[in-house]
Amino acid sequence: MRPVDTLVIAVQAIGRNKLRSFLTALGIIIGVASVVVMVHLGRSATRAVTEEIASIGSNLLFVMPGTSQRGPGGLRIPAEPFELADAEAIEREVPGVVVAPSLSRSATVVYGNANESVSVEGTTNAYFEVRNHPLAYGRPFEPAEVRSGAAVCIIGQTLVDDMYLDATPLGSTLRVGRTACRVVGVLSAKGTSMGQDRDRTVLMPIKTVQRRLAGELDVNVMYVSALVDGTTPRVQDDIEALLRQRRRIAPGAEDDFNVRDTQDVADALERTTNTLTVLLGAIAAVSLLVGGIGIMNIMLVSVTERTREIGIRLAIGARTADVLTQFLVESVVLSTIGGIIGLAIGMSATWLATAQLDLPFVLSPGTMALGFGFSVFIGVLFGFIPARKAAHLNPIDALRHE
Amino acid sequence: MSSHARPAAEPAPVILEMAGIFKIYGSGAAEVRALDGVDLAIRAGEFVAVMGPSGSGKSTCMNILGCLDVPTAGSYRFHGVDVSALHRDELALLRRHYMGFVFQSFNLLPRVHALGNVELPLVYQGVRPAARRARALAALEAVHLGDRAGAVPSQLSGGQQQRVAIARALVTEPSLLLADEPTGNLDTATAGDIMSLLESLRRERRITIVMVTHEPDIAAHAERVLQFVDGRLVRDGPPA
Ligand SMILES: Nc1ncnc2c1ncn2[C@@H]1O[C@H](COP(=O)(O)OP(=O)(O)O)[C@@H](O)[C@H]1O
Ligand SMILES: [Mg+2]
Repeated sequence: MRPVDTLVIAVQAIGRNKLRSFLTALGIIIGVASVVVMVHLGRSATRAVTEEIASIGSNLLFVMPGTSQRGPGGLRIPAEPFELADAEAIEREVPGVVVAPSLSRSATVVYGNANESVSVEGTTNAYFEVRNHPLAYGRPFEPAEVRSGAAVCIIGQTLVDDMYLDATPLGSTLRVGRTACRVVGVLSAKGTSMGQDRDRTVLMPIKTVQRRLAGELDVNVMYVSALVDGTTPRVQDDIEALLRQRRRIAPGAEDDFNVRDTQDVADALERTTNTLTVLLGAIAAVSLLVGGIGIMNIMLVSVTERTREIGIRLAIGARTADVLTQFLVESVVLSTIGGIIGLAIGMSATWLATAQLDLPFVLSPGTMALGFGFSVFIGVLFGFIPARKAAHLNPIDALRHE
Repeated sequence: MSSHARPAAEPAPVILEMAGIFKIYGSGAAEVRALDGVDLAIRAGEFVAVMGPSGSGKSTCMNILGCLDVPTAGSYRFHGVDVSALHRDELALLRRHYMGFVFQSFNLLPRVHALGNVELPLVYQGVRPAARRARALAALEAVHLGDRAGAVPSQLSGGQQQRVAIARALVTEPSLLLADEPTGNLDTATAGDIMSLLESLRRERRITIVMVTHEPDIAAHAERVLQFVDGRLVRDGPPA
């Protein structure tokens, strides 16, 4: 028997029962589509993170309290937070750096009838330079305001758009938590990244946040910018040495803080998104498996229904292998069609989703090949048992079947 | 005995030879001897009718002759080959190349048009589409259905369906045609047409025909009648 004829018979059998064939393939369609969407979205998110971090710049260091050690029960041992004096010490003793200490709290801001829940970041004027986020208009904090913790704030573009409508924000009074603040400046627009609106923010002098919002004198994180390219590793070492000394960490003991450059952060984020990708991909693969079981189910029904046809073919001279391949090819064609449609739907859905979420559209030929190959494999795997059942029918019994 | 000329000195070779064939279903008290020790030999070109009451083992005998079924005991030689030693796939090849079947219930593929049904055995023989189509059309014309090649079985009368089945059985030019009650589902006039068709095809192609029938006037078309009762061959001779 010519292979072409086997294929033709399979395609004709599929075409004869279009609705059923479609419903059977639907399981594979959904499975492949979801694998494609999940993995691609994961890749897009990873790419977004990497691009984002690259845009922050490579000379930025994050200094955060915390240890990599774990205590009993796998819990992280809490570490002492920093204080403003630490930031001042770094600026004073490590050459060639600018330091922006930061303490964030979320708070509700109210202007007139409008209110929004935002993240309020207490920092210093160094922030604009270190985080590469300049003012659009207005002025930075006065040194006196920073020293005394005055009730002034600089707001992001989203708040201006949402709360001020046509009014000018400069000089207005904005209630942040329970503090009435004067708006002195507006940050330049940064747009959305990774689904987060970076213009939905309020900056205040760090002392203001410490006293009026947080009620403590901690510093969450210190952003350090190395002024000269290529000095980040040296700066990193200097900061570590200085902080070990200031925090009285015995030689040989582990740091209870960490100094990470943007690459470290990027790596950590990438690990997270990758884990998520694998997880979602695995869930999607399960749905592909369910699709395969659907194929097997329908093929088993089909073999029973077509027992007489099988009997006729056997009587006419079909061998075991002829019948086996006929049904196997049928299920593979079915799952392959499902795979192709699933790929198309998956790609469209990914494209739509990335457009909606403002993520880069990443095409991964590997994933597409994998999804497609897997659907063919599922056709073989789950088509085999029904095909075997058909091929091993006794011709007489099959011919007598009603 | 034979209706057409053949050199008397040189009888046609025996192509079907059964010796001590048993087919037993079940065991103990439920045992059914569908065939209970059958010996028979059929020569090339013979037209044999098989008769007997219902349940006497006619179909069982046909199925074994057609290599669709294997006997419980005994030996069956087809063209001198002991079939009991063959694998199921080898039996399939024998059917594919040497046998044609016609059934009481036609057994056409329901959603496939007449030409497709007739082509089917050639598909399994690996014949290319163009040659396949030409041969299938010729076979349909031989059964006077050249103009209904595109009709699916449900659009054909019983007699027409059986003619398609005969075309399918003969398209591979088999040496043996096995027909199990081919006229059983047809009215008398149509049955007569089918019989004269079979007779003329046999005359032209010199194939061996073994045919089961209940009706003496159908059996009268044959040269030789095998009479079965309770799984035994009780009479073997010319039609009564
Ligand atoms: N698969 C089977 N299982 C059990 N008994 C069977 C089977 N096939 C046939 N028989 C029995 O064998 C006997 C002969 O059947 P069959 O050859 O079909 O008779 P006929 O064709 O002469 O009417 C019957 O008694 C029938 O019931
Ligand atoms: Mg019968």
